[in-house]
Amino acid sequence: MSLKLDSKIPAGELAQKWSNHKAAIKVVSPANKRKLDIIVIGTGLGGASAAASLGELGYNVKIFCIQDSPRRAHSIAAQGGINAAKNYQNDNDSVYRLFYDTIKGGDYRAREANVYRLAEVSNLIIDQCVAQGVPFAREYGGLLANRSFGGAQVSRTFYARGQTGQQLLLGAYAALNKEIAAGSVKSYPRHEMLDVVIEDGEARGIIARNLVTGEIERHGAHAVVLATGGYGNVFFLSTNAMASNGSAAFQCYRKGAGFANPCFTQIHPTCIPVHGTQQSKLTLMSESLRNDGRIWVPKKKEDVEKIRKGTIKPSDIKEEDRDYYLERRYPAFGNLVPRDVASRAAKERCDAGFGVNETGLAVFLDFKTAIERLGKDVIKQRYGNLFDMYEEITDTNPYEQPMQIFPAVHYTMGGIWVDYNLMTTIPGLYAIGEANFSDHGANRLGASALMQGLADGYFVLPYTIGDYLSHKIQAPKVKTDTPAFDKAEKEIKDKIAKLFSIGGKQSVDDIHKRLGHIMWENVGMARTKESLERAIKEIQALRKEFWADVKVVGTADSFNVELEKALRLADFLELGELMARDALNREESCGGHFRSEHQTEEGEAKRDDENFVYAAVWEYKGMDAEPELTKEALNFEFVHPAQRNYKD
Amino acid sequence: MNFTLKIWRQKDAKSHGAFETYQVKDISPDTSFLEMMDILNNDLIHAGKEPVAFDHDCREGICGMCSLHINGHAHGPEQAVTTCQIYMRKFRDGQTIVIEPWRSAAFPVIRDLVVDRGAYDKILQAGGFISVRTNSVPDGNAIPIPKKDADESMDAAACVGCGACAATCKNGSAMLFVAARVSSLAKLPQGRVEGARRAKAMVAKMDELGFGNCTNTGACQAECPKSISIAHIARLNREFLSAKFED
Amino acid sequence: MSCFLTNSSLGKKLVMSLTGCFLVLFILFHMSMNITVLFSPEAYNAVCEFLGANWYALAGTVVLVAGVAIHFIYALILTVDNYRARGKQRYAMTVKEKGVEWASKNMLVLGYIIVAGLALHLIHFWSKMQLVEVLESNFFSPEIDGATVAVHPANGAMLVAYTFSKWYNVVIYLVWFAALWFHLTHGVWSMCQSVGWANDTWYPRLKCLAKIVATIVFLGFAVVAVMTWINSADIMAQVAHWAPAA
Repeated sequence: MSLKLDSKIPAGELAQKWSNHKAAIKVVSPANKRKLDIIVIGTGLGGASAAASLGELGYNVKIFCIQDSPRRAHSIAAQGGINAAKNYQNDNDSVYRLFYDTIKGGDYRAREANVYRLAEVSNLIIDQCVAQGVPFAREYGGLLANRSFGGAQVSRTFYARGQTGQQLLLGAYAALNKEIAAGSVKSYPRHEMLDVVIEDGEARGIIARNLVTGEIERHGAHAVVLATGGYGNVFFLSTNAMASNGSAAFQCYRKGAGFANPCFTQIHPTCIPVHGTQQSKLTLMSESLRNDGRIWVPKKKEDVEKIRKGTIKPSDIKEEDRDYYLERRYPAFGNLVPRDVASRAAKERCDAGFGVNETGLAVFLDFKTAIERLGKDVIKQRYGNLFDMYEEITDTNPYEQPMQIFPAVHYTMGGIWVDYNLMTTIPGLYAIGEANFSDHGANRLGASALMQGLADGYFVLPYTIGDYLSHKIQAPKVKTDTPAFDKAEKEIKDKIAKLFSIGGKQSVDDIHKRLGHIMWENVGMARTKESLERAIKEIQALRKEFWADVKVVGTADSFNVELEKALRLADFLELGELMARDALNREESCGGHFRSEHQTEEGEAKRDDENFVYAAVWEYKGMDAEPELTKEALNFEFVHPAQRNYKD
Repeated sequence: MNFTLKIWRQKDAKSHGAFETYQVKDISPDTSFLEMMDILNNDLIHAGKEPVAFDHDCREGICGMCSLHINGHAHGPEQAVTTCQIYMRKFRDGQTIVIEPWRSAAFPVIRDLVVDRGAYDKILQAGGFISVRTNSVPDGNAIPIPKKDADESMDAAACVGCGACAATCKNGSAMLFVAARVSSLAKLPQGRVEGARRAKAMVAKMDELGFGNCTNTGACQAECPKSISIAHIARLNREFLSAKFED
Repeated sequence: MSCFLTNSSLGKKLVMSLTGCFLVLFILFHMSMNITVLFSPEAYNAVCEFLGANWYALAGTVVLVAGVAIHFIYALILTVDNYRARGKQRYAMTVKEKGVEWASKNMLVLGYIIVAGLALHLIHFWSKMQLVEVLESNFFSPEIDGATVAVHPANGAMLVAYTFSKWYNVVIYLVWFAALWFHLTHGVWSMCQSVGWANDTWYPRLKCLAKIVATIVFLGFAVVAVMTWINSADIMAQVAHWAPAA
């Protein structure tokens, strides 16, 4: 039985859809809200804002996070900014333009209605955050300042120094704290969701592990909201936080929720290159640097050789011997092309042998021109903290020598399939933010992740969840002593016991690194049929190896990081295969998904709008069984998909 | 590079802990401090021993999850960075490195180098917010805020809640943490509305949770990975006292 | 206002700040008064007489004692609180943080030295002056150059000269003043911080001001001790038989 996908996109004019929908869906009375319980997993921008808003409305909310405090969620690491169609800069921005840029940036693989709604509520987000005390950057007149970001020709990005994600998260976290103080939200830090419990086909709660005591707990609710972010750590090395994982989403998938477009992974062009084999994660240098930085490699191979040997410094290379390849290839957008385009262009130059460090996997991001034009002080004011961080990590002064950068895994556009209400294929189970698939298509524009997390959490879910819960007002408190909870808990305990019983030779990280290597080599920036088939085989073999040879030390009933990592890796080992399968199925290049077989003569991604204008939604059929594909056709009623053009 | 590590090991909150000594070898100078810990842990796992538990997450210096008292300094000997941003090239080859958890009565040890910083959450729950409902707010540009005030608010808002201030303070005082939040909101017109209530509630909660009293040594700002100034403590004092005198 | 002065950390700090400020003012006054002895022992004695067992002087003494007592008791309370907050487990390794002054971390130790010095100081002077008057007990009658001299309670100059004629007293007092110098270098700017009168612009100024005040106090007191040690014979000869005008 394949998945039934009803996207529930309201009829009508694009600009009216959300208003019409809000008017049409049901609401729950205050007295009834008090009787309804909601579980939110994750405390990033989506989870924190959703829990705070739902608590305010009067629902009983429980919120879970794996860190020691809700404030640590990885949304905090977003640097550059958040988009909104305020048109404060008077550069002819509008909701439609933000919508259009986002749909185009996503290479026409997202739903029009969702993206339009995102653009529509973007302005409310800024208002909300300002009211919460988020110290956005301001101009001397006291009004909000903006900067530019990739994929847009207007200045619509609001920012708080290089710490926008942090400030927005602290705003949402403060709203959450307000509700925790009011008693409407109860917080469970250092708790990890290990399973979602389904009864009568509906989400009824979760099984969680208390990460301090190791206790397995049951929590029942009338609805469960997944806000657990992306699964980029399947690559081991990524810009994600160390604990970011795909397990909660994967459990939902295992229990029947459709997983959409898992292969859509964003490779961020401006990360600090890998330096050795012991590296644990990659550090992102904000996209905002591309406002003033220029990306280049030497024109001449002999210069490349000299730089690699260290006989000349990058700054010694004359202007005419530099290839500002983004400006050359994409004159209209220059260094501010979308991330997927910039990443591929860097890979193209490095593959051609122009990579500028000893591994051949780096290009320059240079501020020489900007420093000459604006002065060192201005650059320091704009990017000082990023420059300091760069110098700290690489021991190179970026005011004097250009930065070295290289693309790295950053964000996953794919995720749990949701309808227009953000509900998954399991009734009562919702997915918001990066955890769902809905808004970014095949590529996300910079400064849009924060926008989506907060849009979903503050302005969409609190309304749409009422439509489902209005049918639950007669439902009693969810009991957790039912067979479904018993079974779920037993499965988890068995799985944990199994992990300890293996007693193999390889640590969790040993295997994770190997998985990351398989993923990066075969399911990375450029994919081919052969590489993907190879990846599937290798992952399957590695998964068998994991279950036969992993070594998990410690005990189940204590604070045990190795156990946490093992449980997450077990899921990554299935998720990686799913990503490869999805990539194999998608015989086209679009956004972050680049199939080398499908490219234009100029090396640009070649979409296939005849056959692939759909979201690929996968249904779990068992660990070693092939998942089943269901397609949700994407109907472009209002914009016409065209070859993305950032050249003129 | 080779290092001798003296690391605090403690099974759980109830157990007694002790230092254990470990050797790590052939560490690249470009390795980050926490990557060095990863290498140690991987070696321990291969030897069938339990790895050293330590908190960390983003490894970009922003989440505030990492802690560690390294050679007498919160977040190590470097100024203005978190532990995850220290690189081994900053240490001497062959050096002995002493690694301890945060020590403060309000931050009990959970395991090894991991402590419970839940007290900081509780302080913020007492009043570290502006009471606005979702969607009932004016336009973002309705209230102009002088750039200087917004910048100062941002200076304080840079706090990552890592706990280094209380862990460093000889009095176990959380004043810099509390002040950062109070001051950040006090500099904005939106935050002024309930400024008096906030200052009183947060200070009362801080006292209740067993943090110590500030004696203005300034150790907190010296060790703060975000270099938050004690000028924010002065503002907290001002906010608190003026609130009290209005009572 | 309820009782935040006793139960809130910031209230307690306010008390420390205000009593500290009061004590600084008193010390500055005391120092100015002392200096007169260098110019005119008689004038100095006139001031001593003014501050004898009069109601206003006694009231002032009570307030002063209260100030010292509160400052000291609060310091003890705060220290106990802080010790508890620090927890049972201590760091195996600690180092001085950059920019942190030694005095700021040792205010209590300095306070102990100051209180000990104060006790000695009261024995040297107050017990032979105001206390004698209040109790109407016998005059202090030390043996000077083989002769017993009854020192009138208001004959401060004689007592000063007698006390500092002994070199070890001069040394003890100088140590005491040094402790006070350290205490004030932190205390003076710290009291501004505790009431919120400080910011990043003013820290260097306030810290400079604190050093100036501390140094003035140190020099003002020290110069009297040293000069009277040098001139003790002359001064004693001059005021040995001084008595207030009837």
